[in-house]
Amino acid sequence: MARQTSMKKKRAVGNFFSYVLLILISLIWLFPFFGLLMQSFRSYDPAVEYGGMVDYIIPHTFSLDNYRFLFDGGTNYLRWYLNTFIIALFVSIFNTIIVLCVSYALSRMRFKGRTFLMRFWLILGMFPGFLTMICLYFLLKQVGLTQAGAVPGLILVSVASSGMGYYVCKGYFDTIPKALDEAARIDGASRARVFLTMTLPMSKPIIIYTALVAFMGPWCDYVFASYVAFGHDKSYNVAVAMQRWMVVGDYQGYFTRFCAGGVCVAVPITILFMCLQKYYVEGVTGGAVKG
Amino acid sequence: MANESRSQTKKNPVAGFFGALGKDLKEIGLTFKEGDWKTRISFVIFGFGSIFRGLWLRGAGLLAVEAFLIWFECSFGFEYLSKLGTLGTVATTKKGRTTVYGDNSFLILLFGLLALFAVLAFIYVWRLNLKVSRREQLTLKAGKKLPRNRDDWKSLFDGHFDKTIMALPVTGVFVFTVLPIVFMICVAFTNYDANHQPPSNLFTWVGLENFKNLFSFGTAGFGGTFMTVLLWTLIWALFATFIDYVLGIAVAILINMKGIRFKKLWRKILVMTIAVPQFVSLLYVSKLFASDGLINGYLLKWGWIDTAIPFWTNPTLAKITIIVVNIWIGIPYLMLIATGLLMNIPEDLYESARIDGASPWQMFRHITMPYMLFVTGPFLLTQYTGNLNNFNVIFLLTQGAPKTGNLVGGAGRTDLLITWLYKMTINDTNYRMAAVIGIMVFIVTAAISLVVYQMLPSVKDEEGFQ
Repeated sequence: MARQTSMKKKRAVGNFFSYVLLILISLIWLFPFFGLLMQSFRSYDPAVEYGGMVDYIIPHTFSLDNYRFLFDGGTNYLRWYLNTFIIALFVSIFNTIIVLCVSYALSRMRFKGRTFLMRFWLILGMFPGFLTMICLYFLLKQVGLTQAGAVPGLILVSVASSGMGYYVCKGYFDTIPKALDEAARIDGASRARVFLTMTLPMSKPIIIYTALVAFMGPWCDYVFASYVAFGHDKSYNVAVAMQRWMVVGDYQGYFTRFCAGGVCVAVPITILFMCLQKYYVEGVTGGAVKG
Repeated sequence: MANESRSQTKKNPVAGFFGALGKDLKEIGLTFKEGDWKTRISFVIFGFGSIFRGLWLRGAGLLAVEAFLIWFECSFGFEYLSKLGTLGTVATTKKGRTTVYGDNSFLILLFGLLALFAVLAFIYVWRLNLKVSRREQLTLKAGKKLPRNRDDWKSLFDGHFDKTIMALPVTGVFVFTVLPIVFMICVAFTNYDANHQPPSNLFTWVGLENFKNLFSFGTAGFGGTFMTVLLWTLIWALFATFIDYVLGIAVAILINMKGIRFKKLWRKILVMTIAVPQFVSLLYVSKLFASDGLINGYLLKWGWIDTAIPFWTNPTLAKITIIVVNIWIGIPYLMLIATGLLMNIPEDLYESARIDGASPWQMFRHITMPYMLFVTGPFLLTQYTGNLNNFNVIFLLTQGAPKTGNLVGGAGRTDLLITWLYKMTINDTNYRMAAVIGIMVFIVTAAISLVVYQMLPSVKDEEGFQ
């Protein structure tokens, strides 16, 4: 009895420290986001408050000036936002279709050159992507998909090579028993029918995972996007445009506006991610274990 | 006979390849010798045999491919292919007001390679066409029925469904990944840089000159810089991978502990860093640590320091700060993965350890870590190679700064190979060296993957933890 209470006490003390640690971790993790949010409410108008870097986090006067600046039409912010959204949407749809097709073929069908293809793609993946940048730019330029046409160009490039990212999805398909396919095929269903009416409906988690990851990618795409859209303000995506504010332009003047723009990007994405977090966790865990 | 061929393939792959090639040539000869007139004409006109045997669907397909490839080669493929050896000799110049157009090395290299691939494709389809024709002939000879056009069509959705759904992805990867990579590998053997920009200044083949430059340690050579950047890249990836890994698992254990409440809440808080796009969070964090940023601002205000801490301007401190910020990015990811896996560790392992009087640390050290390492070995490897090429973190935080005059090619103190490559491409248009660095990145990644993969416990001993 006495031992039990001492155990309890020990556990309570342990728990106390765990909570302290967890709260500390949470504070560290949330601090930048809190700062981002707060500073987005600090006006850039010198008459109200200084808009550059300051040594306090909570603005003296809350104002919506930054948000007004973004949406008033003084910049192309809405356009940039729309560009990014369009890219993300199309990339998400097409990537998912392609990844599903490739995964199905590699997981279920045995054709000549299958292992060669898998090895070859694995090796290709070890080349750094930027290496191909100038060549891709030129290819796109030949068909008029740079500068003014950068948005479809970026979609094309992302989608074209998406087949190489089949690993997680194939791993998932491998876990669906083959016996199901065979039973359906004995009943006279074609491969295409099995794929469309059996495998796909069973793969909801992995479809959502693939689409989510593909959707989130373009929001961070800076390097290639800036190269393809170079000098054409209307074709920028948010990452390119806002990175320019911070690094090339006068970041002191644009700092709070960057924060506001960042909040507008982060909030919808974060909400979407949080809603689909379950599928994301399934995907990454599955991917990690199977390698 | 069977024994012989097996020992041959075992002996070496080159001999095996030539063996197969010889067999194939013999087969082609046989196809011609034994072929009827339909098959023989197929040697020149693709799909001829199939069309005249009533299988117009596949025949027309083969013929269309032939027509397209020949059109491609004749209209401009061969022209570029013939100049591939020199990459052009006549530069575009201006004579008075008119521009005299000459060659363009870039186009010659790109379309020359494309034409080369088209020739290979032509040979492949030609061989395929012969095989198809011979098979049809033999089927008829054996008195069996040929499949109908409808069967051909249907097989695209059944027996040959793989070809239907793989065609587009494979083509996409070829045009947008394989071709550009081959192109850039070729550029590594040319002098394509700021002084050789076609069409006004052509570039040409220079052999191994760029690779010699990479390993020359003189003042203008890239050797010293390459070694410095490579070393930092390897160290960075090591720290970024393993610190995140251990801490991520530790945090997962902390949240998983019995008696801790609001588990979901803690996880959601951490996961924020995955959800928020990195260009927002990392750019903000980079300004947070700036000399006039919030952290220095508060420390100065509270009087803890007298001058701002040079987080980004001191080379050593910048490296440490990058690694620390990367922990902030990396832990949540590992935490998510570890949470799922920790639940799979058999509870009785801990139970028996507890009875033997093991401390929590001992259990972590001897049960949790070995299990996790075993299960996630391959993942850890991909994490490491991923970190070798972790462009975003470096670029958004420091852009390779602090700058230094000691390194060539515009490299800064925190540049990884990949960001250095980027800078050489964008700022210096030094494509020749960028291509060489790209090849080096590939070699490093491939070598590490290959060596470590062989040493992984889960590869060596698959049954270890089952």
